[in-house]
Amino acid sequence: MNSPGNGDRAGNGTSVLEVRDLTVHHGQLRALNHVSLQVYPGEVYAIIGANGAGKTTLLRTIAGLHRPTAGSILFDGADITRVRPERRATSGIVMVPEGRRLFPSLTLEENLKVGATYARTGPWSIGQVYELFPWMKDRRDQRTAQMSGGEQQSVAIGRALVANPRLLLLDELSLGLAPVIVQRIYGMLPQILASGVTILLVEQDVSQALRAASHLQCILEGNTTLLAMPSEVTAEQVEAAYFGLAATTTGNEGSHPLWTGLTTSSRGS
Amino acid sequence: MDWVNDIIQGIMTGGLYALFACGLSLMFGVMNVVNLAHGDLAVVGGYVALGVIAVTHVPVLASFLIVVPIMAALGYLVQRTLIQAALNRSVLTTLLVTFGLSVVIENALLQFVNADSHSIGTGNAIISGSFKVSSAIQIGYLPLIILGVAVVVLLGLQYFLSSTKYGRLIRAVADDREAAQMSGVSYRHVFGVAAAIAFGTLGLAGIAQGMYSQFAPTTGTTTILLFAFAAVVIGGLGSLWGTLLGGIVLGIADQIGSQINSAYDPLAGFVIFLVVLVLRPQGLTGRGAQS
Amino acid sequence: MSVLADATSRSEAKIRVTRSRRNVIWPGLGALVIVVVLALFPYIVYTGTTNLMVQGFVVLTMASMWNLLAGYAGLVSVGQQAFVGLGAYFVLLLNIHNLSMFTALPIAAIGSGVAALPLWWLVSRLRSGYFAIGTWVLATTVFLFIQQFPSLGGGTGMSLPNVPSGNTPLLEADTYWIGLAVTVAALVTMYLLLRSRTGLELTAIRDDERAARSSGVRVGRARLVVFVVAAVFCGAAGALNTVSQLIVQPSAAFSIEWTAKMAFAVVIGGIGTIEGPILGTIVYMVLQQTLSAYNAWYLIILGVVAIAIVLFARRGLWGLLDDKFGIRLFPVGYYLWPPGEGRRRRKIAAHTK
Repeated sequence: MNSPGNGDRAGNGTSVLEVRDLTVHHGQLRALNHVSLQVYPGEVYAIIGANGAGKTTLLRTIAGLHRPTAGSILFDGADITRVRPERRATSGIVMVPEGRRLFPSLTLEENLKVGATYARTGPWSIGQVYELFPWMKDRRDQRTAQMSGGEQQSVAIGRALVANPRLLLLDELSLGLAPVIVQRIYGMLPQILASGVTILLVEQDVSQALRAASHLQCILEGNTTLLAMPSEVTAEQVEAAYFGLAATTTGNEGSHPLWTGLTTSSRGS
Repeated sequence: MDWVNDIIQGIMTGGLYALFACGLSLMFGVMNVVNLAHGDLAVVGGYVALGVIAVTHVPVLASFLIVVPIMAALGYLVQRTLIQAALNRSVLTTLLVTFGLSVVIENALLQFVNADSHSIGTGNAIISGSFKVSSAIQIGYLPLIILGVAVVVLLGLQYFLSSTKYGRLIRAVADDREAAQMSGVSYRHVFGVAAAIAFGTLGLAGIAQGMYSQFAPTTGTTTILLFAFAAVVIGGLGSLWGTLLGGIVLGIADQIGSQINSAYDPLAGFVIFLVVLVLRPQGLTGRGAQS
Repeated sequence: MSVLADATSRSEAKIRVTRSRRNVIWPGLGALVIVVVLALFPYIVYTGTTNLMVQGFVVLTMASMWNLLAGYAGLVSVGQQAFVGLGAYFVLLLNIHNLSMFTALPIAAIGSGVAALPLWWLVSRLRSGYFAIGTWVLATTVFLFIQQFPSLGGGTGMSLPNVPSGNTPLLEADTYWIGLAVTVAALVTMYLLLRSRTGLELTAIRDDERAARSSGVRVGRARLVVFVVAAVFCGAAGALNTVSQLIVQPSAAFSIEWTAKMAFAVVIGGIGTIEGPILGTIVYMVLQQTLSAYNAWYLIILGVVAIAIVLFARRGLWGLLDDKFGIRLFPVGYYLWPPGEGRRRRKIAAHTK
């Protein structure tokens, strides 16, 4: 599928993740409306949008914790729409959930061990995680409930890494953390990428997302309002897409299905 | 009235009650399931033991080697099918299903075995005996062994939960089911393992009950479930050792009650349970059964 | 509701809100006819049939109460036999003191209701599953406690000492009529309770307890009301059973089988509906009669069927009927009619059940 700015992505082989026309409901409320995306190996794909836009729902559906009403999800070309979340994890899609969600009655090391229980083979191990976060070595037997937000976030990332994912889903890393800590954590991403992991992240902090991502998608009220590479868009365009002002494009729309329907009248409620 | 003797006897019957209770505590702690068929399943364990002994002529004390694995397998099966199906629906459904299971088991036992009480006995004259500690205090070997088994089981459970892979997984799933799924853990399978362990302890409980006294199809609900529950509430939910403590308090209350008036026997225990419920609902050690 | 009406009053027509989709007059009249016909039974049928119907009345009364508890208040009680037994023993006690058993029945019912207050205080703080076992423990405690009184028959029980001798058919007819009265009272009470504000609170609690609480619903009070009402009528059922059997035995009076019967009747008929317990009781009686020769079998089958229905047909037999035909005999919810629409068969926005 060719699309503006995406022509060279397909050169990296099949997409790691492809989401086609995903529609997701929470009861009667439609959270996602025919959303599509593709993530290729080695990318940092960021999804941004305001609260309640549907970003976390999207990630949770990809992780398998939510059933879509319509549409499909393909992982390395295989349809995983009906696959259970734990099977997706063992196949290589591992999520770091919003709010960290560590196991409160387990110690730091035990949290990592759980992550490693059904791990795939790969470069990451508990020892490797301790290399990435040296402070963990001394605190391995401590209950994670007593740790700071930033430390917990690191443990959560570590727990996901030891499973040796192919695709790492990061849900709202910056939530509740001081900017300094957030930057430090995002500073880890290159090392993670270097180990062969592709990253799909959801982020409320737009500037952070713009700094970290290689590709950007903005969601508003369940619809895609922007799809581009950070280098191609201006701050105004992002702002407009984020808040749902006049429709934005990055230039040649072509007849790509992602762009159809992205006019003022169709966007929004 | 011999208080000291009562207390000692009570401590030992406490072991039996603790054995009744730990499966209930485990299933509630891990998967939030109150298994109303808990007591009946212990009775099933007792009948299975009777059958196994009759068929294989294995010594009574060794019967658990066969019965416990059978019960554990049964537990995994029942959990993965019936209870999981109920869990997928609602709490009400789980209660109704386990209650239905209780009624079906009891009446099936009444139908296919009979209403009489059965006893496994000890199969060994020595064990039925006792030894004197002092002029007033006599300790039966059997109750002592049962207490020992209870302590071993609790120690084993504690070790299992804290130091083994599945123990860790069980704790993780009990903490946060979804987060565990995201780490590749099939929580249904882990629930099955937890249920298998719970049912295994029920096998032991049934054998112990059969050796110590006797059981009939209705013993599950009239005795075992209620004592198990009382022990858990008195001792405090979420605490394995609290279960032992609760069992002991119950046992002592029992003994004292029956000394006052033999008709008071189980009544005294339940009164203690009610008192604890009113005065200290979180139990003696911690988190209670209250909302 | 009035907000909705205001919002659309800008357009010409208004939205109507009614309590039912169809005119309730017909089912109401139908129910009245049925009650009248039933009242005539002692003149028409043999005492064997009326005795059977009394058993049915007992189960139906208890079932409608268990339905209130579990289906509306979210309280799964496995200890209702406490009140069944208390009702029985109140009748015995009063009869020993020379009160006619028929006069004793309503007093016994009220007595059970009063007894429910301290018992509620004991178990109300327990959360769902432990509430269930808690009620069971309470019932067993009451059972053990009552057995301490030799004047009431102790452990073996005793028969009612002051039963009018002589005209047995009249006695049985009187028993039948009082049974019919109890059952009608139970159903009417349930219906009125659910139509009332408390009923609305209960539905809110059932849907989302926290949301209900933060909307000002007094959850504890609503549940207490249901618990007491259920105790009153379970006591009445137990009293009725005693009047019918003329004997009280503790193990029978406080048997867990009472809860099994009422729970299964409700589940099979359809939990959370008013019509469900009626249907379920009928099914239960049919099963019991058909399998009466086989002792424990009918409870086994009942249990298996109940489990199957709970897992696969959550709303029971009535739920299946309701889904297919949209019948609601005793409406307790609200229906919204867009402007211009009359009472037609179409289901529009029903926020009932």
